[in-house]
Amino acid sequence: MLKYAFRRILGMIPMLFLISIVVFTLAKLMPGDSFSGEIDPTKTNPQYIAEMREKLGYNDPLPQQYFRWIGKFVEGDFGKSTRYKIKVSEVISEKLPNTLLLGFSSIIITYILAFFMGLYSGRKPYTVADNLIGGLNYLGLSIPSFIAGVFAIFLFSFTLGWFPSNGSIDIGMTEGTFEYWLSRLHHVFLPAVVLGLLSTASYTQFLRNDIIENSRKDFVRTARAKGTTEKKIYNVHILRNSIIPLITFLGFDLVAIISGAIITETIFTYPGLGQLFLQSVGTRDYPVLMTLTMLFSFLTLIGNLLADILYGVVDPRIRLD
Amino acid sequence: MSTKKMLRNEAPLLEVKNLETAFDIEGTDYNAVDNVSFKVKPRQIVGIVGESGCGKSVMSLSIMKLLPKGIGKVKSGEIIFDGINLEKMSESQINKIRGKDVSMIFQEPMTSLNPVFTIGYQLQEVLFNHMKISKQEARQKAIALLKSVGISRPEKLVDEYPHQLSGGMRQRVMIAIAIACQPKLLIADEPTTALDVTVQAQILELLKEIQAVNDMSVILITHDLGVVAEMCDEVIVMYAGKIVERADVDTLFHNPKHPYTTLLLGAIPKMDEQEERLSSIKGIVPSLTNMPKVGCRFAHRCPKAMPECFTVTPVLGDVEQDHEVACLLYETSKPREGVK
Repeated sequence: MLKYAFRRILGMIPMLFLISIVVFTLAKLMPGDSFSGEIDPTKTNPQYIAEMREKLGYNDPLPQQYFRWIGKFVEGDFGKSTRYKIKVSEVISEKLPNTLLLGFSSIIITYILAFFMGLYSGRKPYTVADNLIGGLNYLGLSIPSFIAGVFAIFLFSFTLGWFPSNGSIDIGMTEGTFEYWLSRLHHVFLPAVVLGLLSTASYTQFLRNDIIENSRKDFVRTARAKGTTEKKIYNVHILRNSIIPLITFLGFDLVAIISGAIITETIFTYPGLGQLFLQSVGTRDYPVLMTLTMLFSFLTLIGNLLADILYGVVDPRIRLD
Repeated sequence: MSTKKMLRNEAPLLEVKNLETAFDIEGTDYNAVDNVSFKVKPRQIVGIVGESGCGKSVMSLSIMKLLPKGIGKVKSGEIIFDGINLEKMSESQINKIRGKDVSMIFQEPMTSLNPVFTIGYQLQEVLFNHMKISKQEARQKAIALLKSVGISRPEKLVDEYPHQLSGGMRQRVMIAIAIACQPKLLIADEPTTALDVTVQAQILELLKEIQAVNDMSVILITHDLGVVAEMCDEVIVMYAGKIVERADVDTLFHNPKHPYTTLLLGAIPKMDEQEERLSSIKGIVPSLTNMPKVGCRFAHRCPKAMPECFTVTPVLGDVEQDHEVACLLYETSKPREGVK
């Protein structure tokens, strides 16, 4: 398995190289550059602009610009944020903890809800409760997150006042105290639920359908013929089989945790990577934008690799070598 | 033979009385097994034969209460096993009998084992279900069981997964699971249909051996009359959900009474005759939804059909001692006046 993982990681290098070309080209194709994002073009001396562009290397041939960027990137120098005037790595690592907290909370909520609802619906399909769960899920799937987010803020923040509507922490908290963490959890809960709504719905329906399908398999009949209880048949024999296809989602989840949620974070003004990404587009902060895009691409590849390795762990029929 | 005489006098181990199993097709019940009664005595091997779609498998699933939920159900009748009516039992009560006193092996060894658990786990599960036994003991017992079904390297095989085994090996594992608790009755639903011919012979040999060693009764469901001749003491011929003939194996093969039985026997390919074509029975078994309401269900395929075959439903009657037939060619099959 180690050998397999190593080979896969080696295979990622050309892939990342290609991605970097695409990312660089896209950034170049976008109108304007980071310099014009920093100044007000209408009030600046055109000669100064031309000088600066020459100085920043914007007039060099594209391949030269690309290799200058990628060379530094590989060394770990992601450049300086044109907006924050500090290193890109510092900007990202400042926002990363918030995003991780949001991502993990959302996924834990999703997994717990989907597991219990899916298991119940799969075991008792076509009952009132199953239809109710199914109805809720389709509602969750069909409401876009910006509507669900606004509605959640209106109901739970303004009307009921249960949860804060924005930010990631109350003002004046001392870092590391119990209240500090409590406040962070309090802030993250609402965006986490809204973020998890969609994936909860798809996870639940997927698990339900897979359980129903597996419950008709021959090995279930064999288990019954052995005198195995219905509870054990569902919780052991069927569930163990139904978890396998869900592993595919797990790979995507890893990316979702880090990339945050651009829309949800913006609605809740939650300072995470998603919000940073959107702001970087607005201010043409290309060093941040390109670094984030590369980071998300890299994580997608890692997520897929992790899913493939997990397949080998949970499914004895798959051998990795 | 002395054993056969002994069999005749013993109380039956399993008695099926007027069993009716129905399938719900678009809101209407259709009987897949229609008013079937028979007995299985201790240590007896009973063969049930018939074409596909005759209700053989459905009947065996009815006995084990393994019918697909919500679709198939036993409508009426009794299944008395060892003095207890299985039909009246709850799910948890029947779970104490399934795998312990009555067990079953299925047609498809390729899909009958759970792909994500080891052979050892699946074999030990039946032991844990019915015995108070430690993990260590269960493992030892599993290895011994695998050995007893003719698996050559049982110590390794317990830790392997089903996909690492061939069809024949998997069926041996299924047999090991079925006999783990030394059941009184084993139901084998076409155990060799999915296997190739050389393996078939080995599996049947194994079943016969195990039956003799464990003193159990076997219901062998098959459409292979050659298998029946080799294995069984008694034969039940089913057609379209009903029993059409029942006799001991010698009588049935040498003196078949029902035209359907005769045709089935005629369809066995003979090695010593130079015939270009295999003889077959024309037509197919009527589907559940267009089963004839009155008359003999075989009438439209029967070469000896008479006009009354389409209007009078034959009943199962003793044409001679211990030889039941349901065919209007025989006086004993004509329904008595006033009885439907």
